[in-house]
Amino acid sequence: MKNAIEVRGLTKRYGDVQAVKGIDLDIRRGEVFAFLGPNGAGKSTTVEILEGYRKRDAGEISVLGVDPGRPTREWRSRIGIVLQTANDAAELSVLETVRHFAGYYPNPRDPDEVIAAVGLSDKANKRVRQLSGGQRRRVDVALGILGNPELIFLDEPTTGFDPEARRQFWELIEGLAQTGSTIVLTTHYLDEAEALADRVAVIAGGRIVAEGEPATLGGRDTAKAVVTWEEGSVETSTPTKTIVELSRRYDGEVPGLAVHRPTLEDIYLKLIEAPRD
Amino acid sequence: MTDTATGTAPSRTAATRAMPSALKLGLSRGAVETKMFFREKDAVVFTFSFPIILLMLFGSIFAGPLEGSGVTVSQLYTAGLIGAGVMGAGFQSLGIGIAGDRDDGTLKRLAGTPMPRSAYFIGKIINVLVIAFLEVVILLAIGVLMYDLDLPSQVSSWVTFAWVFLLGVTGAALLGTAVSSLPRSAKSAAAVISMPFVVLQFISGVFIPFTQMPEWLINIASVFPLKWMCQGFRAVFLGADGASLELTKSYELDRVALILAAWVIGGLVLCLTTFRWKGRRDG
Ligand SMILES: Nc1ncnc2c1ncn2[C@@H]1O[C@H](COP(=O)(O)OP(=O)(O)OP(=O)(O)O)[C@@H](O)[C@H]1O
Ligand SMILES: [Mg+2]
Repeated sequence: MKNAIEVRGLTKRYGDVQAVKGIDLDIRRGEVFAFLGPNGAGKSTTVEILEGYRKRDAGEISVLGVDPGRPTREWRSRIGIVLQTANDAAELSVLETVRHFAGYYPNPRDPDEVIAAVGLSDKANKRVRQLSGGQRRRVDVALGILGNPELIFLDEPTTGFDPEARRQFWELIEGLAQTGSTIVLTTHYLDEAEALADRVAVIAGGRIVAEGEPATLGGRDTAKAVVTWEEGSVETSTPTKTIVELSRRYDGEVPGLAVHRPTLEDIYLKLIEAPRD
Repeated sequence: MTDTATGTAPSRTAATRAMPSALKLGLSRGAVETKMFFREKDAVVFTFSFPIILLMLFGSIFAGPLEGSGVTVSQLYTAGLIGAGVMGAGFQSLGIGIAGDRDDGTLKRLAGTPMPRSAYFIGKIINVLVIAFLEVVILLAIGVLMYDLDLPSQVSSWVTFAWVFLLGVTGAALLGTAVSSLPRSAKSAAAVISMPFVVLQFISGVFIPFTQMPEWLINIASVFPLKWMCQGFRAVFLGADGASLELTKSYELDRVALILAAWVIGGLVLCLTTFRWKGRRDG
């Protein structure tokens, strides 16, 4: 099967809040897929339905060939989950926790190796309760990848990470992707999505408003570039030509020259602005 | 799947390996739960000191023998507080503990792993058995050392003790598990669960002898397991001398067994039908 995840017509409402308004989605095996979207857009709701936590109102879903509405142990052993919020800091050390959870899986990774992978080796014998917020988050990530999963869900995994930890996490995800794991993550950091994701989907108001590769999302690759210099600026689809002309005009160096192409953030902000209903 | 990795990640072809058994994981959870319990110092002190302090308090306030029997008031309280201690570990501590697990995401995290759900309950039962057993040992030691309680010498008494203890702990634990779904959050759990337990102790003959209680209250208490558990423990530790103090002049061990067993079955049904793996906010 080519797709790890297939979703058709997914909807979900809480009371009078329609959190998901009809989502269609295919996520290929081995792909790193990122959900972007403002607070309350429906990212966690969608992801937790895929994880088998929440019941959907309507729609067809297949996750690794199984309907997550009817999860089995065997299916659970093939997926890894990092939830958005977890406050369960136990009176166990990091190593004790990871070792204990490793026992749940038929084919777990080595606990020490996993602890090292999330950069907690020097805290291995510290109680989880005594860790900082970002360190606890790394324990969550460790438990998510521990079972050697084919598919990993990470809901805002790097919230609370310092910049170095975030880079380290990116490397971890790239490593997992190289072993063939499918990775689905949500994030509010656009640089993270750009660095990690093969494809992204922008969710706003319970709908996918755009989907594609980070480089081409929302026509980013064909959008006009802005050339600015000390005395002016111009929007153009041929910035090189503009610069050559400018260079001729100034007879060499153009003072204060800069070329700005739309970043993922520019595109993203434009996308989530449009459809508000 | 294209598993072209040359790295150290173990191959996933081994994923067909057997799932770890529920019993093995239950034992492993029991070990972890017990470890966590004893590391939480204030919970340990609170759980164990409550019946001990009450026993020493009542033991020194109401000293002396009860008229018409060879039994002292402190001996009576020892038996009663063993019942309350067992119920406290099973009902109160467990109920509050599970409400906490539900509130802080422990249950949600576990539900996302391939851990069989029964392993969680096996772990909790082991934890409760350990706590209740320690509680009984401590209370008995105080009874023997300070209040001239005689430990029974016949094997039959210890057999009675064993089944009253096991049925009592199991019933209380199942009730505690069921009641853990009532509080809306961990913050309210202590109040929601402790209040009925305190009331139950007062009407079940732990502190106040039945001879001093109105009949309708006794009838209410007779529905719940605590009265019968205490009665069973009195049969073990007060022996024939104390039987004359019972309302019916007998320990009615057959009824004790019947009602405790009924609560085990009822508690199980209640747990199976009402247990929530999700908190109220988890959709
Ligand atoms: N358990 C719940 N009960 C009621 N409403 C809920 C529940 N969970 C989510 N909602 C509502 O559903 C909508 C989508 O929430 P969701 O958590 O999926 O958003 P999100 O995209 O993950 O947001 P964030 O970026 O803040 O994590 C919101 O309006 C939220 O208020
Ligand atoms: Mg979310």
